[in-house]
Amino acid sequence: MKWKSLFKVAFKSIMKNRMRSFLTMLGIIIGVASVIALISVGKGTQSDISGKIQSLGTNLLIVVPGSSGFGGVNRGAGSFNTLTMTDADKLEKNATLLINVSPVVRASGQVIAGRNNWFTSVQGVSPSFPDIRTWPVERGGFFTDRDEKSLAKVAVLGATVADTLFPGQDAVGARIRIRDVPFTVIGVLSKKGQNMMGSDQDDIVLAPATTVLYRLSDGKYINSIMVSAVSEGQIPQAEDEITSILRGSHHLAGSEDNDFSIRSQTEINDMATSVTKMMTLLLTSVAGVSLLVGGIGIMNIMLVSVTERTREIGIRLAIGAREADVLIQFLVEAGTISLMGGLLGILLGLVTASVLGRIISTSIVIDPVTMTISFLFSGIIGIFFGFYPAKKAAALNPIEALHYE
Amino acid sequence: MSLIELKSLIKTYRMGDIDVHALQGVDMNIEKGEFVAITGASGSGKSTMLNILGCLDLPSEGEYILEGIQVGGLNKRELADIRNQKIGFVFQGFNLLSRTSALENVELPLLYDRAGRIKDPAKKAVEALTRVGLADRLHHEPNKLSGGEQQRVAIARALINEPSIILADEPTGNLDTVTSMEVIGIFKELNAQGITIILVTHEPDIALQAKRTIELRDGRIIHDHLVSS
Repeated sequence: MKWKSLFKVAFKSIMKNRMRSFLTMLGIIIGVASVIALISVGKGTQSDISGKIQSLGTNLLIVVPGSSGFGGVNRGAGSFNTLTMTDADKLEKNATLLINVSPVVRASGQVIAGRNNWFTSVQGVSPSFPDIRTWPVERGGFFTDRDEKSLAKVAVLGATVADTLFPGQDAVGARIRIRDVPFTVIGVLSKKGQNMMGSDQDDIVLAPATTVLYRLSDGKYINSIMVSAVSEGQIPQAEDEITSILRGSHHLAGSEDNDFSIRSQTEINDMATSVTKMMTLLLTSVAGVSLLVGGIGIMNIMLVSVTERTREIGIRLAIGAREADVLIQFLVEAGTISLMGGLLGILLGLVTASVLGRIISTSIVIDPVTMTISFLFSGIIGIFFGFYPAKKAAALNPIEALHYE
Repeated sequence: MSLIELKSLIKTYRMGDIDVHALQGVDMNIEKGEFVAITGASGSGKSTMLNILGCLDLPSEGEYILEGIQVGGLNKRELADIRNQKIGFVFQGFNLLSRTSALENVELPLLYDRAGRIKDPAKKAVEALTRVGLADRLHHEPNKLSGGEQQRVAIARALINEPSIILADEPTGNLDTVTSMEVIGIFKELNAQGITIILVTHEPDIALQAKRTIELRDGRIIHDHLVSS
């Protein structure tokens, strides 16, 4: 029997009982739709999170000073200043697994430009900062090694600061004062948006690390060192290398604890991944249950259909259909029902996903692989649960089937 | 070689606890081009005979040779293929697929035609329907056709595979006298064209339209004679 006519016959019989066929499909539709919707939203959320993690910088590691203790009171990470410009220089010169190193010196203060002023944080960084954070300059330029050596009083503004101090104007070339120290604006950073904690990353002024250290800070200690490792895979080795260089630099004996610690994005990433894994597991079980229910629905209706069409089966057998022809005909019918269900489910799932995405304002990732798998899987469900009724149809005795009332 | 040879054919089947001896030793030859009516009261074994001749059922004992093929030794698949290639059925209740046009009903056997003898099913179906005088009813569904027309569609369906025999089981049982005669007329025409026809009926006047009548009683042939026209 030719495939084309098989599908034609199957489709015809499905269309004869539209309402019943639709209700039969419903289980599959709901199963597939829930999978598609939740995976689209799940993947969207995941990509939002990993986008935010990525926006911290590629393969970023942050070295922060260790904790300090006094009289048994541990004052927590960063409470003790141990990092210096020398540490940053040594990492820059000696490390082989790091591409970029930037000291970070933090200060804050009132920034004044003409009649406008704004309280913001000022960070002293090195010229490699835009690379480390993958945060390009939008207008103007960034400061250079020479600016850093000469303690040049130049600044690059975050988008928020630029908009506040110079509304509707180009900030590049303007003069500003930070805590009464005059700076020249040489660039404006591109917009970065909120970080994962929801604070505005564009509310910032960048200046050479040396300038901030000597003009706006204590001149001795830096707050942290940002580095990027050569590759994601080599982050653990890079951490080891940093540790050994800094231990050497701080003259720590073998038994002494590190007086600094290294943070990476891996931890955050791990957390995000485990949440995603949980969600996937949950989804799979929801999908599994509803597809099972859908499959049983198909089996039920196919059994009814076989009984109703006993005479038709008898006719087909009498005019020369083999048992296999009848079997395949009913399998194709069950498969077609469930594939149609799968297709409708995908459509419904996409609609649901976009509505859901709008309600909880996340992005939606439409994954063709998931859609293909759901589609094929629904077909398999149909054929699996259609097998028993089809077998029953094929095993009918033609003489009895022809005289069935 | 005869078209059909039955040699001491016996069919026994069980109904509950009782053995029913439906055919108890039937010998019979039918040649190509004959028009045979098998008659008998209900319970005489004519339905069983028809089922066996139509390869829907196998004999318990004895031989059934159709065009030189020992039907008794065939499996279900081979039986299905024989039904498709060599036999055209016409039933009392027409047995057409509902909500399916006359044309598609007639094409149906070709769906299972593995030999692929007929190249253009649609053309062949139109030809078959034209032969039974339904050229203007191609796209009508069974419920839009009269009983006589439905039976003619069934005859066209039986013809399409160019079978060796057409087996008709009470083909006029559901029709009025006038329409019955029309349908018999078609059988006669087809027979005149060389097609072998075996019809089972309990109506004597229908049986007399055939060229030869065979009467069964209690699973045995009691009369077998040519009809003088």
